[in-house]
Formats: sequence, structure tokens, C-alpha cells
Amino acid sequence: MPQTLSINGSDVPLPDDPRVSLLDLLRDHLHLSGVKKGCNQGACGACTVLLDGKERILSCMALAVQYAGRTVTSIEGLAANGTLHPLQQAFIDHDGFQCGYCTPGQICSSVGMVEEWHRGVPSHVTEDLSSETIALSREEIQERMSGNLCRCGAYNGIIAAISETHAKAVR
Amino acid sequence: MNPFTYARAADINDAVQLGAGSQSKYLGGGTNLVDLLRETLEHPAALVDVTGLPCAIEERPDGSLLIGAAAKNTAVAEHRAVRTRFPMLTRAISAGASAQIRNMATLGGNILQRTRCNYFYDCAGSRCNKRSPGQGCDAIEGANRNHAILGASPSCVATHPSDMCVALAALGAIVHLQSRRGTRSLPLIDLHRLPGASPEQETFLEPDELITAVEIPALPFASDSTYRKVRDRASYAFALISVAAAIDVEDGIVQDVRLALGGVAPKPWRASKAEAALKGQRATPENFRAAAEAELSDASPLRDNGFKVALAERTMVAVLDALVRAKNEGSNP
Repeated sequence: MPQTLSINGSDVPLPDDPRVSLLDLLRDHLHLSGVKKGCNQGACGACTVLLDGKERILSCMALAVQYAGRTVTSIEGLAANGTLHPLQQAFIDHDGFQCGYCTPGQICSSVGMVEEWHRGVPSHVTEDLSSETIALSREEIQERMSGNLCRCGAYNGIIAAISETHAKAVR
Repeated sequence: MNPFTYARAADINDAVQLGAGSQSKYLGGGTNLVDLLRETLEHPAALVDVTGLPCAIEERPDGSLLIGAAAKNTAVAEHRAVRTRFPMLTRAISAGASAQIRNMATLGGNILQRTRCNYFYDCAGSRCNKRSPGQGCDAIEGANRNHAILGASPSCVATHPSDMCVALAALGAIVHLQSRRGTRSLPLIDLHRLPGASPEQETFLEPDELITAVEIPALPFASDSTYRKVRDRASYAFALISVAAAIDVEDGIVQDVRLALGGVAPKPWRASKAEAALKGQRATPENFRAAAEAELSDASPLRDNGFKVALAERTMVAVLDALVRAKNEGSNP
């Protein structure tokens, strides 16, 4: 097993202490302070990052050593060559935030959410589990994003940003 | 967090060798254990990471499924055979936690997650027999709206928090175990202990036993099964009450039925009394109600959770009625 993990394209050594969470590795060791420590107990989603570019996880509940050899993307790694990810731009266009604290987690989560939807993963509100296609309705977006809290209540803007970017297509 | 050593198991044999130490603990996705480590409710000397162990979902010729214990909750929920043949399992997993947590949490870890009783977590301010045996329980006289109405004891009234396990209980799932001494299997409904006088003992597993797989036996009428969860908000909350149900009706008579309840007991609760009361009876709302009342006849509500008795009864009746109606109308429940 490699003794490194890749974070936003750079190989980073694993911490010596296995108690270090992926969140603390990102924030305190690497100074990637976009990822936020909201609750540190898996309740708020502010620490959401992407594994292998597409799978959303909570970095607060992850021990960094568990992710040896894996690829992690935080909000700092989402823009390509200075161009914002379409969902980053959509959050700006639709006022998908107020104070901005939850926003990095919201955006990483929405990128992962769209990947899950493309793959056909059903949600709690999906009526027909046998269907190959699921329309990305407002209700589906709300349910699939329920792991990301926004205390400012910018939910309408967040849903509009995601909806505008992706809801026109059905998988 | 107290210090611990970390090792990643290469395979099952490696894991059970590494896990043989008396202070060792198996680590899955960490979505519960890392929290417990942080709160020092768990303080193992060694963690054995088992997320690299088998996670395949095997469809077997007899119609059963065999799922590797390292399978992520999302992977189980989205699998086509689970969705179409055992939809209550997809429904139950999808109703639990958040997508991020379901992407991390493993099948084995979900089964072994610990209660979210606030008094268990409140190390500084509350008594808890589960955390400190013999200390007393502050939930029994405390804010116990979320606590158990069935299977509890004067020592502990905490509930088992899993949604997935409620479906596994209804489906008669078999849990495969391994240690250095060999392999064995247990029905899921016999894996968790009721608290009695020793609520710190939560399962019948030996400390070094590893869950390697879960088997879901063939159950043709489960293709129309479902799971209904009642909670304080529409998403991302633990169950007040949940019901996993499948029913096989021919000519208006209940041939077979599977029912399990969540949010009501210290373990996933198979509603055996209700099942027995329904078999051979007409599939009518009146009989569904009588069966639900039979199951809840032993309920011992606390100060704040008396509402769960009626809520459990009504939810069972509503779910069974919806399944029968959907079948009669030829649509999805």
C-alpha cells in the first residue's frame, strides 16, 4: 500500500498519527481551508470532498490513513486551469449561498450527487426503483442534497444552481 | 481520541489474525466508529481496517444473494437485483443517513453501529449502564421520546439506529462470521442481544469475530416489498418508527408475510406475533390492525414515547394496506 494519497493532483505523505482525520490533514496540515469543519461528527456536510473525482464522502469521519493510494479532490481542486467548474459558476449565478461557509461542501456534494444520478442510484423519493432513468426533479435534488445543511437558508439558490446545470437532461 | 495502531487487512485471514488481540477493533467506513473514538466511548489499542475485504454482490442460482461485508451501503442500495427483488432493502438503506455517509458506510459496519441515545454519548453529564455498567440510566426518567417501547429493560431503553437492519430482519438475512477458530453463521435477528441487566453486551459475537458476508435467502414475494420510515423531518433523521414489510396474498388470504420494526427496540425487531396473527387470515385492514395490536401488546412506553405505540400500529396497517392495494392495482407500492 502506498504511503501517500493524491490531493488535488499532488502526492501527499500519510500522517504519522493514524488519528488524523482526512479533514484535519486537509485543513491543518495542508492549509486547504476551503473544506470546513462544521460539526466534526457527520451531521452537517460542510467537510464534503470527492474521492476519485466523483464519490462524495465526509472528510471528518474519514481517517486519512484509510485513503492511502486514493485520489481526493477538495473545492480548491475543482476548477480546471482557472476555469470554474460549471456548478461553481452556477452557484454564483443563482446566489446559492449567503455567508459561504457551507458552500465548498455544497458544491463538492452536488458534483458527487450528479455522478450518482447519472449512474442511476435511486434515492429515498424515487418512486420506481426498477426504472433505468430518474428525472432530476426538485424533490430528488432536495432529498439527495439533504446531507448538506445551510444555516443561512440559501436552499432555493442551491437547488436552482443544480437544477439549471443538470435537470434539463434525463439520464 | 486515545492513541491506537492502524493496520489494513489484505484479506479475511489476515483480518482475523490482526483482529485477535483483546484490544483490537475492526474498522469499516468509520461513520460511527470514528465518532465513538473521538468521544472516547471506544478506546481500542489497535484498529484493523477491513474496507479492502470482499464487497461483491453475488446472485446465486437458488435466488439468494451473498453480499461481501465490505460492500458500501450505496452499492447495495443501487444493485439491480436488490432494487428489483428485495426493494425493501434499497428503500431502507436510502432512508438512512445521507448520501455521503452511505458512500462510506459498509454493510458489516451498519449492522454493528451503536445506539445514538443522547445519554450514552453524554460522557460528562449523564449516567449510562451501556457506557459504565452498573452506573444507572438517565434516559429512563429523562427525555425519552426517541427511546424503545419493546425489548428494553430497567437497565437500558436505547434503540438500535439502523434502517438497513430492519429490512434484513424482515428478509431473514443470515450473517456469516469468521475468526481464527473458524466460520459460523447467525440469523441477523439472533445477532443482537436485548439489554437485560447487561446493556454493554450488544451482540452475540465474540470480540474477535468478523462479519464477512450477509446472505439474503430467496423470497419471491419480496419483489413487492417496501420500507416506510416516520421521522421528525423529511430526510436525514433517525426513525421514530419504521416498518419493513412484504406480503403474499392469494384469493384474499395471507399466504405469508414478513414484518419488522425499527425505532422501537434495542435491536432490529422482527414482528413475529403480527406475522403469526396474519397467516391464513383475510388480507383486510381490520386483520392488519389486529395483528399490529398483537405485536404491540407487550409495549412498555416511557414518559415521552407513548405515541410510538399508536404510530407503530398505524404505520404497519398503512404499509400492509398499501402493498395489497398496489398489488391489486398492478402498480408499485
